[in-house]
Amino acid sequence: MIPLLFFSLKGYAQTSTEKLPPVTDYAEKLDTLYHFLVGISVVSCILVIVAFAYFSIRYRRKSEKEQGSAKVSHNTLLEFIWSFIPLVIFAVAFVWGWILYYDFKRPPENSLEIHVYGQMWNWTFVYKNGKKTTNEFYVPSHKPVKLIMTSKDVLHSFFIPTFRIKQDVVPGIYTSLWFKANRKGKFQVFCTEFCGTGHANMLARMHVVSLKEWEDWLAHDPYKGLSLAEIGKKAFQGRCTVCHTTTKEKRIGPGLSGLMGAKREFTNGKSLMVDENYLRESILNPSEKIVVGFPNQMTPFAGTLSEEELSGLIEYIKTLK
Amino acid sequence: MAENKNYLNWQKGISSWLLTLDHKRIGILYMITIFSFFLIGGIFALLMRLELFSAGEDFIKTDFYNQAMTYHGAIMVFMVIIPGIPAFLGNFFLPLQIGAKDVAFPRVNLLSWYCLVTGALIACFSLVLNGVDTGWTFYTPYSIRTSTSVIPVVLGAFIMGFSSILTGLNFIVTIHKLRAPGMTFFRMPLFVWSLYSTAIIQILATPVLAITLLLLIAERVLGVGIFDPNLGGDPILFQHFFWFYSHPAVYIMILPAMGIISELIVAFSRQNIFGYKSIVMASIGIAAVSFFVWGHHLFVSGQSEWAGIIFSGLTMLVGVPTAVKVFNWTATLYKGSLKFDTPLLYAMGFLFLFLIGGVTGIILATIAADVHLHDTYFVVAHFHYVMVGGTLMAIMGGFYYWLPKMFGRMYNELWGRVSFALIFIGFNVTFFPQFILGAEGMPRRYADYPLPYEPLNQLSTLGSWFIGGGFVVALIAIVWAIFKGPKAPANPWGAKTLEWETTSPPPHENFSETPQVTTGPYHYGN
Ligand code: HEC
Ligand SMILES: [Cu+2]
Repeated sequence: MIPLLFFSLKGYAQTSTEKLPPVTDYAEKLDTLYHFLVGISVVSCILVIVAFAYFSIRYRRKSEKEQGSAKVSHNTLLEFIWSFIPLVIFAVAFVWGWILYYDFKRPPENSLEIHVYGQMWNWTFVYKNGKKTTNEFYVPSHKPVKLIMTSKDVLHSFFIPTFRIKQDVVPGIYTSLWFKANRKGKFQVFCTEFCGTGHANMLARMHVVSLKEWEDWLAHDPYKGLSLAEIGKKAFQGRCTVCHTTTKEKRIGPGLSGLMGAKREFTNGKSLMVDENYLRESILNPSEKIVVGFPNQMTPFAGTLSEEELSGLIEYIKTLK
Repeated sequence: MAENKNYLNWQKGISSWLLTLDHKRIGILYMITIFSFFLIGGIFALLMRLELFSAGEDFIKTDFYNQAMTYHGAIMVFMVIIPGIPAFLGNFFLPLQIGAKDVAFPRVNLLSWYCLVTGALIACFSLVLNGVDTGWTFYTPYSIRTSTSVIPVVLGAFIMGFSSILTGLNFIVTIHKLRAPGMTFFRMPLFVWSLYSTAIIQILATPVLAITLLLLIAERVLGVGIFDPNLGGDPILFQHFFWFYSHPAVYIMILPAMGIISELIVAFSRQNIFGYKSIVMASIGIAAVSFFVWGHHLFVSGQSEWAGIIFSGLTMLVGVPTAVKVFNWTATLYKGSLKFDTPLLYAMGFLFLFLIGGVTGIILATIAADVHLHDTYFVVAHFHYVMVGGTLMAIMGGFYYWLPKMFGRMYNELWGRVSFALIFIGFNVTFFPQFILGAEGMPRRYADYPLPYEPLNQLSTLGSWFIGGGFVVALIAIVWAIFKGPKAPANPWGAKTLEWETTSPPPHENFSETPQVTTGPYHYGN
């Protein structure tokens, strides 16, 4: 038991300091609450465990005939006290949790707003100026940011562990999440509501940069000066790589090399030679034609890709030999 | 000799078992069913832990992992932990402990076993179709859209629900109508009380699950638009319905376990329980409040802010009677005459693990902390500490305790202790690291994880092998005891409740003459 306890304390110390340093005021406050909860839990567990360990040793049976010898079978005062003390502790935890939750639910008026769409299995971020990114987004530090989130298919959940916040992303309604980062850096985002095959890969990366860097990034057109195929290659990263390789190797979907001009057979019994229109349809409305041997699981990209990105993707796929 | 005529041998042949109306034989049927499913559920668990041994998709495919995760949860919940105590040990010992010949409705009792088996088989039939990958919670809209075989599993769970309802109904009537002369309510053993409060939850909450599951099937087949946002439905409504049952169900799982622990601690300390009435009140209190806390599963689901706060507060309230019970058990050890046979070891294991499960429950009930911890491994660790550390420990302890009565034979003490040690240590090595993983943000239901989480996952997988090994040892020891163990006397522990007054194994109708009760359940000399 001792090594286990030691181990857990060590792991616990790492939790709060090395691996997940708090980046927001909120996270710092939450850690204080968490330390309080863990502290009081450890203390109360130790007290009870010491009591029953002591009794276990002290009152071992000495002879076969021996009976217990406690004279009392209840004690109202004692029972009142040991109900009341936990009640007080729980009440403190409850109120403390509530106070923080109150903050968590109230984004400041002047927050910078970003729309977020969850979709099996990627995250799309849309900024006020129309800029769209997938699985990667930038926010300025020292400025409150509010994410306005919804899902295009099933439930997802947007979780930023370093910020100690998460919120389910629900189709049909908006939910929101806000934070104010005090430090620059790259932070991991997880999907924490089970959403099928790609659930564990539905990750995003958040970059916190200075306001200046952020403004430059926002104004910058990432496709400026690139050829169509290069635009396609960029658009492909993140959006398509969960399910497709650029070789012949299968993932959830087929490998895409050598596709153009090849013959394709579909689950509805039809077949065709791959051309630009087929590729366009495959990306926008993939469930129209399902390639034999694959599930109908591709994300429909209608409405999330610009016309430029779409042409880019098609040109890029054509270059995969 | 009594040996010649008991419930095990008074009739012979397979149909005398499959059509039996004897609550004890039905208990044995449940035992076989539940342990078989426990084996299957356990294998799925070991496969999952194997895959999680290292980051990356290495031993099993992601889709299979997601199915293993779902089957493990659904099997363990619906086929093992929920029926585990009431339907198996409860069926066997409730009538014996109140001095009755059988339950009130023996035919309904048999029917409820058939409901469980039919439901379980239909659910498992999905394995040969496309499997199912929704998680045991069947959250919409994923459960509406997935191409896997959701319907058989949901239908199976629906049918198994009736098993639970019927058993609950049967127990309530039995307790009200069939107590031996002189056994007032406050002379009932605490195990009976715990079954009584459990039964109330079973008959009030399970119908809600039944309706919810039917609606889910209707949604999938007919597209009626209750839960599917594309048709104007509300996916969060499903979560409310689901947890309205499934939270009380948590208490269907733990209350009878607490009942067993009371029996074990009393029997192995050889003195009256400390605070009999407060334990009874705590059971009823937990059962009542358990209906008003379901929203703590929905803190980040998008339910309203006020709902979240109120549910957080109410959840804290359930903590109080739970803590009271732990204190009462500890106080019962004081000045006892403690013998650390396997059943008491399991009871101590229960106290230790349930304590950790309990305090982490309070951490999770604290709403802001839950925003961070929800759907991470912290939650996985918490409910395993409660469900396995609590309920399963109690099943095992109760099983060893009552095995001499059920089969008239003793188990081997050494092997009992060895398997306990393996399971207990393995359990902590498996699940304690998961608290840390969760606090560090590792989400649950992940077939793969980022590299920094690897070392603790390896430790956790290592622990799972110890648990597996422990149960294999326990299985061998138990099977050996049942068939080859030395003959057991009627009351090997010197326990005081009524079941120990009849022979081991008991005769067909339990007692040769109806017992007369003149004292409380635990009338030790002091
Ligand atoms: C969620 C997984 C997933 C994602 C993400 C995904 N696809 Fe697919 N894709 C599939 C599957 C599965 C198929 C095969 C079934 C079908 O035909 O719809 C497929 C088929 C295709 C096909 C037809 C291939 C053939 O062999 O005929 C093309 C082209 C394609 N995807 C392009 C893309 C592009 C471009 C992207 C990114 C913008 C993308 N996919 C993103 C899963 C995915
Ligand atoms: Cu998701």
